[in-house]
Amino acid sequence: MVKGLTLEDIAIFKGGQPLVALDRHIAPGTVLSVMGPSGIGKSTLLSVVTGTLPPAFTFTGRVLLDGADITHLSPHRRMVGILFQDDLLFPHLSVGANLAFGLRPGGSRADRNAQIAQALEEVELGGFADRDPATLSGGQKARVALMRMLLANPCALMLDEAFSRLDTTLRAQVRALVFARARDRALPVLMVTHDAEDAAAAGGEIVNLGV
Amino acid sequence: MVRHARFDFHRLLASALPLLRMKNRVLPVVPALTLLAMLGPVMAGLYGTILPAFGHLPAAGLVGPNLHAFRALAAWPGLPRSVTLSLTTGLAMTAIALTLVMLLVAGWSGTKAFRALERLLSPLLSVPHAAAAFGLAFLIAPSGWVARLLSPGATGWTNPPDWLIVQDPWGLTMTLGLVVKEMPFLLLMTLAALGQTDAVRARSISAALGYGRTTGWLKTVFPRVYAQIRLPVYVVLAYGMSVVDVALILGPNTPPPLSVQIVKWMGEPDFTARLLAASAALLQLALVVSALGLWCIGELVFSRLGLVWINSGHRGARDAPIRAFALTGGILSALSVLLGLIVLAVWSFAGYWGFPDALPDTFNVKTWLRQGDGVLSALAETALIASVVTLIALILTVGCLEAEYRHRRTLSQRGLWLLYLPLLMPQTAFLPGLQSLLLNVGADVGRMPVMLAHLVFVLPYVFLSLADPFRAWDTRNAAVAAALGAGPDGVLWRVRLPMLLRPVLTALAVGLSVSVGQYLPTLLIGGGRVATLTTEAVALSSGGDRRAIAVYGLMQTGAALVPFGLALLIPALVWRNRKGLSHG
Repeated sequence: MVKGLTLEDIAIFKGGQPLVALDRHIAPGTVLSVMGPSGIGKSTLLSVVTGTLPPAFTFTGRVLLDGADITHLSPHRRMVGILFQDDLLFPHLSVGANLAFGLRPGGSRADRNAQIAQALEEVELGGFADRDPATLSGGQKARVALMRMLLANPCALMLDEAFSRLDTTLRAQVRALVFARARDRALPVLMVTHDAEDAAAAGGEIVNLGV
Repeated sequence: MVRHARFDFHRLLASALPLLRMKNRVLPVVPALTLLAMLGPVMAGLYGTILPAFGHLPAAGLVGPNLHAFRALAAWPGLPRSVTLSLTTGLAMTAIALTLVMLLVAGWSGTKAFRALERLLSPLLSVPHAAAAFGLAFLIAPSGWVARLLSPGATGWTNPPDWLIVQDPWGLTMTLGLVVKEMPFLLLMTLAALGQTDAVRARSISAALGYGRTTGWLKTVFPRVYAQIRLPVYVVLAYGMSVVDVALILGPNTPPPLSVQIVKWMGEPDFTARLLAASAALLQLALVVSALGLWCIGELVFSRLGLVWINSGHRGARDAPIRAFALTGGILSALSVLLGLIVLAVWSFAGYWGFPDALPDTFNVKTWLRQGDGVLSALAETALIASVVTLIALILTVGCLEAEYRHRRTLSQRGLWLLYLPLLMPQTAFLPGLQSLLLNVGADVGRMPVMLAHLVFVLPYVFLSLADPFRAWDTRNAAVAAALGAGPDGVLWRVRLPMLLRPVLTALAVGLSVSVGQYLPTLLIGGGRVATLTTEAVALSSGGDRRAIAVYGLMQTGAALVPFGLALLIPALVWRNRKGLSHG
């Protein structure tokens, strides 16, 4: 079985017009960076992998995750995580409840709470479980969003301009954190960005679209 | 992989539990079910009107087709006056309300005064038509509050003058009553449309080109806004031409507008009157269709004139008096509803109140105690009907919107017309037919059929209220939730609906207030046996017991207003520790 994420002859069309095409394999623990100006369909590429392609688009090709064909699987069964430029923490849930939303079902209540507390410790946010996400700083929100995604045990991680809302110093920190956690868990990462620094920091292959 | 083994487990689970598959089968038929609930009674009612109009009423042993009923209608001496009243009150009310709202928004949007009026919008909107009409009558009648405050000092009156202000033969007071009640609705629709018209930038550009506030707005924003609010304007026109409760309270009597006469005929025991009512109902439908046609022609003429006006390059030197006029109109209109409610409250607690005293000699709770039992049972009936109907409407609406989202199908322009159809169709055109049909098939009139009839009117409003916020929700939240393992139902129940708590509750409040205000469906389909606050209040109007009317009018207002208050309060309480949701 081939581990990692494979985009096999993916081609995306809008109204019959070709938009983006890509054929790559992303090994576990490595990052593929996709760069290009906005409006070129970088995010659309990610939505093919997560299964949330907007109705105006069509695509051909296959998506394989650890050897299994997930091309037509429901989004929630794919085990593909995604981080957007906004943290998208659910505003009606506390920080802890947001993390519990990500945590797969099973285990005792105490056990789950312990996992959540540990996840918060891991990103230096111990004791934040009862906080309202709206009261967190940008960097804190980004870290919670990352841990929420990782608690869902994804087999691959998508980054959709995930760092573009953060200011420069924070950005390097959060970026390093995300890449380190993804490497620890041997996740294949597909990142779209318009920032060359992001791509350089990822240290993997860089694909330039639209040039 | 172990993790992937779980996918198959899920699939197994889905196929093993018929309940899960049921759910997936129910959702796609919800839109069809909703259309049926909305349009079924309308179509059935029209069918049930056409047959007796042409002399076919098997239940009474009458077999058509023939034109007897139409001949009798043509021979009725009150017809020309009745028809004229329907047309003039409807057209005049719509034109006045639309003009005032447009001038108000043109001259004042974005100002402090406008924001103050905006804050009054929801309460004004939820005051039932009948209560607003009673309040207006108690204000401006010869023995009303205005006359009492001015007398005898300014007027010299020691007795109320013998003037026919309320129920005047030209329907002017009725028109006024409709204007003050329809203005908030048009304003709400306009504000919703403004968001999509880039109005702020249009204003700064036209101002930079030297245009006055009002003129600049009318020349740049109005055409875009009007295109968006056309259907609501048509609804106002159709409603104004066929309204019954306001016409009974404020409209002329001899003869009344056609819609009131239809209801009178429906209430007569003999069957020829029923045939007459059916033929008049078809005439009413034709009148509304013609008036809408007339309005469309007016739109064309107006747009031609507007282009000429734009080409002329006038910058709007006379904007100032127009702005003052618009604001005065807006304030007077809001005041007449609010003061009307206050005068209802005064009357409900009034002891002896002689003319021209500004206030009663004494205040007591006698009227409330005397009406207590009747009011409470009417309130219970009103609340039961409104809650059941609104809950069904909400479930169908969420089902429709969720089906639209999951199957990626959006409502077309044609679909929007279908949504507005029950609101454009004059109530008096299909409700009499629906009643005849129910009697013909032997179905009992009563609470259940009344609920179905209410659903026809509640559904479109609940849908229109919830659709925009539901669609505007950031679907990346769904992508994240799905990436975290939540299925489509989990996303709906655990993320989308909780985040949309406020608009969902607002839609519920809208639905409740629409149901509370329904007069004709309750009266006709209930066969006179379903007594809600609205039917009881309107029934009292002919008796002239101001204190009793005041009690029912206030209760009716409360029944419509309290849900709006709760819709504001509940999210504030539930999400008191969630800053991210405090702005709606």
